[in-house]
Amino acid sequence: MEYEAVIGLEIHAQLLTSSKAFCSCSTKFGAQPNMNTCPICQGMPGTLPVFNKRALEYTIKMALACNCSINGISRFARKNYYYPDLPKNYQISQYELPVSEHGWVIIETEQGPRKIGITRIHMEEDAGKLVHDERNPVSYVDYNRTGVPLIEIVSEPDMRTPEEASSYLKTLHSILVYLRICDGNMEEGSFRCDANVSVRPVGTVEFGTKTELKNMNSFKNVQKGLHYEINRHTEIVREGGRIIQETRLFDPTSGATVSMRSKEQAHDYRYFPDPDLLPLRVDEEWITEIKNGLPELPAEKKERFIKDFGIPPYDAGVLTASRELAEYFEEVVNYFNNPKLVSNWIMTEFMRVLKADESSVKDSLVKPAQLAELLRMIEDGKISGKIAKTVFDEMWATGFSPDKIVLEKGLLQVSDTSELESIISKILDDNPAEVKKYLDGKTQVVGFFVGQVMKASKGKANPGLVNKILSEQLSKLSA
Amino acid sequence: MKITLEQVEYVATLGRLYLTEEEKSKYLNQLDDILKYMDTLAAVDAENVEPMASPVELFNPLRDDIVKPSLPIDEALANAPALEGPSFKVPKIIE
Amino acid sequence: MSNLFNKSAHELIGLLNQKQITSVEITESVLDRIDNVESQVHAIVTLDAESAMESARRADEMLAKGESRTLTGIPIIIKDNMCFKGHRTSCGSRILENFKPPYSATVVQKIQDEGMVILGSANMDEFAMGSSTETSYWGPTRNPWRLECTPGGSSGGSAACVAACESIVSLGSDTGGSIRLPASFCGVTGFKPTYGAVSRFGLVAYASSLDQIGPFGRDVNDIALALNLICGHDPMDSTSAPVEHPDFTTFLNKSVKGMTLGAPSQFFDKIENKDVENVLVEARRVFEDLGVKFVELSLPHLDYGIAAYYIIAPCEASSNLARYDGVKYGYRAKNIDGMIDMYCKSRADGFGDETKRRIMLGTYALSSGYYDAYYLKAAKIRTLITQDFKKAFESCDAIFCPTAPAPAFRLGEKTDDPMQMYLTDVFTIPVNMAGLPGVSLPGGLSLDGLPIGFQLISSHFQESRLIQLSSAFQSHTAHHLARPAL
Repeated sequence: MEYEAVIGLEIHAQLLTSSKAFCSCSTKFGAQPNMNTCPICQGMPGTLPVFNKRALEYTIKMALACNCSINGISRFARKNYYYPDLPKNYQISQYELPVSEHGWVIIETEQGPRKIGITRIHMEEDAGKLVHDERNPVSYVDYNRTGVPLIEIVSEPDMRTPEEASSYLKTLHSILVYLRICDGNMEEGSFRCDANVSVRPVGTVEFGTKTELKNMNSFKNVQKGLHYEINRHTEIVREGGRIIQETRLFDPTSGATVSMRSKEQAHDYRYFPDPDLLPLRVDEEWITEIKNGLPELPAEKKERFIKDFGIPPYDAGVLTASRELAEYFEEVVNYFNNPKLVSNWIMTEFMRVLKADESSVKDSLVKPAQLAELLRMIEDGKISGKIAKTVFDEMWATGFSPDKIVLEKGLLQVSDTSELESIISKILDDNPAEVKKYLDGKTQVVGFFVGQVMKASKGKANPGLVNKILSEQLSKLSA
Repeated sequence: MKITLEQVEYVATLGRLYLTEEEKSKYLNQLDDILKYMDTLAAVDAENVEPMASPVELFNPLRDDIVKPSLPIDEALANAPALEGPSFKVPKIIE
Repeated sequence: MSNLFNKSAHELIGLLNQKQITSVEITESVLDRIDNVESQVHAIVTLDAESAMESARRADEMLAKGESRTLTGIPIIIKDNMCFKGHRTSCGSRILENFKPPYSATVVQKIQDEGMVILGSANMDEFAMGSSTETSYWGPTRNPWRLECTPGGSSGGSAACVAACESIVSLGSDTGGSIRLPASFCGVTGFKPTYGAVSRFGLVAYASSLDQIGPFGRDVNDIALALNLICGHDPMDSTSAPVEHPDFTTFLNKSVKGMTLGAPSQFFDKIENKDVENVLVEARRVFEDLGVKFVELSLPHLDYGIAAYYIIAPCEASSNLARYDGVKYGYRAKNIDGMIDMYCKSRADGFGDETKRRIMLGTYALSSGYYDAYYLKAAKIRTLITQDFKKAFESCDAIFCPTAPAPAFRLGEKTDDPMQMYLTDVFTIPVNMAGLPGVSLPGGLSLDGLPIGFQLISSHFQESRLIQLSSAFQSHTAHHLARPAL
């Protein structure tokens, strides 16, 4: 029997507000433990929450970008469970009436685009950080992160493969980053993902028993974890076994998932409306205002790039995966209207150095106008494509203009016919054996001559011109 | 509704309370008494009544996203039962 | 001037403004009184004489410089559940035995800004859970009128302080009657404002949707002064109402002729105690003499108030009290083996019997499979009770009813029977369920000499009507002037 997987994802994204969700402490990452805490986020007796307007605005942005409907009235609820990183031992979240529901996004798959449903997007507060001592049976608690606003995006169980799940995750990641409401940093935990997985015989409608996967802190690990878990389920089911509904942790070193001995004896969260907060109202006017302020989203941008710039869908996909990169591309094209060449350069050279230096587009010393200038020099035949790469590396390192670098380093292409003629005739004179081979009909030695010319000119010889002069002189000899 | 000893134990676990055997049987009887009284509510037909979570008939106020100073670290930690540097120290969680 | 401790705040304000006395003199007089009677009453958890004297000196400076405000220099005691920066706030519990908040409750801040003199914190039932002040970790408070009786609860210390003249005024909190019941038992005036009228920021939560801070005073004039100070919108409390409150003193000594009081049959049917009945009959006669009309009312869902309350309040409490876990502040048990052991031991040692009972009850009522039958049902009943009141206020200005079924009971009388203890709140609970303002006024003494109060209730943010009616009553009676023989 063939089995298929049913996958749903729960994504937690930290919102890029300046202050926390329910108090005015800073959300800055990296402070000394407990520096960014106050009586409210430490859950001291008698303290009360007051909600951050920007957190709501950002949530609505995401909801609209994911085609969700916004509930005019929503509610905060308490999710009760004991854990030392949760100072009140309840988390302010939303339960029965979330701020938004019923959305969808389109993801790219190998079989083409697919629509994935979004059940709900709701708001909640983040927990603190626990550091476990390596030698002693103690842990250290830091509440700096406590109360940072989060949104939880719950998908429908619409995905069937780990690749689809990964594509969905990337799609949501890029929307969040495009909206500039989340920094999307998976390692620091500002973008996190849990998965619900089950398997069922192909063709059946009912779901199998699901497990919840946690701790997959990279796109790659999400795929790995899901692959492992789907195989585990399939094997158990094939052998007539039963899946136990449980939470499992992905172990990145072994690539396996392991059962988490339930940290609470029971998952009985006892949700009820938070009596410290009133029903939340979002009026139509504000929704419209936010909607009108939404930027172009990745999918729309991609379509436009294909249509307006005539670049292949693959290129458009790569370029629009990041808003900064897409905007960079557009600016370069603005200065130098050869979208395909620009796209090639960004996707190869530019992205290579970005990755190698773990740098970001906005920190790049190569400004769009300078890259455009470099590409124009290639087009004008002032430098070869190969030299251009050297120039680019120099630009990246120094921020100097390509003009200056080419001049100072004497990298201008040699397009002086007489100079090339004398170089070439000297090479032909110095290599009588190879000339003879050519005259005997072994025309492939032309490559040898070109190489020698390039060597003699330190790579600056204009390749087209070299070919032309070389064939002229060789044909003279054979005459 | 009748409450059982198992439920008393379950609820004590959820609420993170150790109970002695004596307390368990005492609470079992008292809670049973109280819950019996609560059962009078069953007589009220409230099928189509909106539940009320708060007497305030207003909507939630919102705060501007402005950072204000946090507690000075010594005040933030002054009531802590155990510390390690500026972190609260707790026993390891046994999963 | 002798016996300043005996006077009301408005009398003392007059004397202070005429420069006949100083705040230091008042404070010394009250501290002397505390010295003399506190060992019998046990109304105070933390007495801070030094800081009180310091505040009194500062108040006198304010008065001398002409920078004083209305209540500058008047001594006050706050209930032990109101955070006072740098001062122990224990909430009557071992679990907060040594907790000194690094912040003050909004009301405490207002009191300090006013230049009032905070004497210390008053005893209370642990986490305000109780009707007798017997569940306090610090031991029970005694009724100043009869030491073998309870002062009522949970703000028993705050009520007893004012009755025993250990303070001029005091603050309490009222979740199901915790101001009005002890006011009735101790023969003082106790006022519970509309939910949302006074900020809850810094009030250690018992049941967030029911808790409300209010004052105790010797008479309604002092209550009006205190309400003027503590009422008002607070951006730190999302449930605080953004309304303008009137100057409550403008409703003192006004005619009540032509006003209507409603007498709900469901309340009067329940009166079994002859003394309580006599007090109500007598109070009604006074109001009628003042030209007040009475109408019969029906509040059909009142009978379900206690059942619904003892679901909702413990549900909220079970969540509110989850934070006491020994991690960040408060009591942590010794000899612990792992995190869960630390939680369970700290909470088992740190909480008293009644608190544990309510945590258990609330946890049960919210737990999987019971939410609909308990919490949700109770929340619906709450709507019905509120609707009953709204309808009632279409035909009257305020509701007139008992505060408690009987005068103060003896210490220990109900401690083993929680259900009997809960029934003490039968007349006060519905007011909290609907978030209404209510006041308990001294209405006379029982045959054997214990105070009995009666209750007036008005619609949301109509505190002024209660002040007007109370003032008229106290202008024509002397019950509020009776003092225990301590």
